[in-house]
Amino acid sequence: MTFWTYRRRDNLVGYLFVAPALLGSLAFVLIPLVLVGWYSLNEWNVLGGTFEFIGAENYQQLLNDEKLRSALVATAWFAVGLVVLNLSLALLLAVLLNQKLRGTTLFRTLFFSPVLVSLVAWTLVWQLMLQPEGSVNGLLGFFGIDGPNWLRGESTAMISVIVVQVIKNVGLNMVLFLAALQGVPAPLYEAAKIDGAGAWTRFRRITIPLISPTILLTSIITIVGSLQVFAQIAVLTQGGPGTSTTVLIYYLYQQAFQFHHFGYGATISVLLFVIVAALTLVQWRMRRKWVLHES
Amino acid sequence: MNRKVALYGLLCLLCVPFVFPTWWMVTSSMKPISEIFSESLLPSEWTFSTYEQVFRMQPFGQQYWNSLYIAVIVTVGTMAVAALAGYAFARIRFPGQNVLFVVVLTGLLIPSEVTIVPLFQLFQSLGLTNTHWPLIIVPVFGAPCVLAIFIMRQFFIALPAELEEAARMDGLGRAGIFWQVALPLARPALGAVAIFTFLHSWNLYLEPIVYLSTPDMFTLPQALTQFVDIYGGPMWNVQLAAATMTAVPILVVFVLAQRQFIEGLAHTGVKG
Repeated sequence: MTFWTYRRRDNLVGYLFVAPALLGSLAFVLIPLVLVGWYSLNEWNVLGGTFEFIGAENYQQLLNDEKLRSALVATAWFAVGLVVLNLSLALLLAVLLNQKLRGTTLFRTLFFSPVLVSLVAWTLVWQLMLQPEGSVNGLLGFFGIDGPNWLRGESTAMISVIVVQVIKNVGLNMVLFLAALQGVPAPLYEAAKIDGAGAWTRFRRITIPLISPTILLTSIITIVGSLQVFAQIAVLTQGGPGTSTTVLIYYLYQQAFQFHHFGYGATISVLLFVIVAALTLVQWRMRRKWVLHES
Repeated sequence: MNRKVALYGLLCLLCVPFVFPTWWMVTSSMKPISEIFSESLLPSEWTFSTYEQVFRMQPFGQQYWNSLYIAVIVTVGTMAVAALAGYAFARIRFPGQNVLFVVVLTGLLIPSEVTIVPLFQLFQSLGLTNTHWPLIIVPVFGAPCVLAIFIMRQFFIALPAELEEAARMDGLGRAGIFWQVALPLARPALGAVAIFTFLHSWNLYLEPIVYLSTPDMFTLPQALTQFVDIYGGPMWNVQLAAATMTAVPILVVFVLAQRQFIEGLAHTGVKG
């Protein structure tokens, strides 16, 4: 076989290998995305059987929609709360597990285990534990605190959803942080110690910069994940009380599949897409500027 | 010494919210309904009738099978698609490669929730609502698969070229090199992909409630919320029994294989 026939055959194999992925993503990701854009320009009520081109009217409605504004606020609160709580807890757990201590593998397993529990099962259990007479208030009562009705209070409902989600998934970020911490060269710490740097300074000046790629990676995963939180909301609060936990994706589901406004649903989808895409691209940009060492 | 005691104390304390819910789920599933909100850690009176009720109220065996077989097909399908594409993007030079890679990668910016309206419309027009097709075919080619392709590509890029050269000298073609040399080496990456994909499919909730309408087609997450009495009130202990059956097998597998599991994930995370 000459070099050129090998080359040509290689080209063919290359195209064949990527064909399933490429055709699949055209059919089930990219073309549907174009369709979402087209639907968003139409008034489309599935029950009424109407489909009519209305130009930018859906977008006008979007701008004047009070509920949408509250959904965006809820989404932002959820995302910020989740990222801050998740990353700081994950880092704390990783630092604790990175100590030279017997039994850290056991603790690592325990902290990680909720990741494996089926999402809806986990959420149902917390739903019960957060009832007024549930275990959480039982525990608080033990300390003489009279706990609230977590899932029915405007502010406590959002906090509850965030905490339930953090405990479910923090194990993933913890494992990533742990791997990153183990990659920090020990001599750096020793040198800093000799220079008289305290534990906190060493953490801030050595650990944080050296694990910054992982901080960025986990924050991307967590923020984008926070925009997709659906089952937890649907099971725990159904978007309530009021609309306090109606995040964007839950509002999308309500409009499209409960009220059958497909056109308006598609418009909300476009907004969701723009937010996800913008966040991801901004974070990839930041990766160049902010992250210390890019391999 | 004191520092050690303090560390252990802190770790034990932090463990409570991670461990207690699972413990409570399992034990309360064996409590009579009147005891659900009691503070006791164990049932005062053990009952297993809740487990019978699970199967009487829903076609739970069928639903279990639905979830399981869908997740397995999605996992195997994703591994195949992602390994092939990841390998080609990493190791084969062909015209248009970079453009095609960017096209595929845009899928990462498009979570499946964004496209659910047109996809629903598509599957409805094909007469495939209330079947499992949408739950299988969309994840195999959608955003989770794009992530898998990315992970596989990162892995294959790091493979030393000498391995392939040697295999080529031995007369292996591309397909042979991929199947006999590259793929066996990629086991850790494939493992991580398998875990991610399986869990993603296993936890899917929005898609099943959008596409599926009859209990015998339901998947587990959807079925778990359906245990209600004739007044529509949730039957909590029966729900917990179903939840226990959903969660415990995976937890057991995890505990048995936890080292490979966590290290595989961590490895991929750092690399990816």
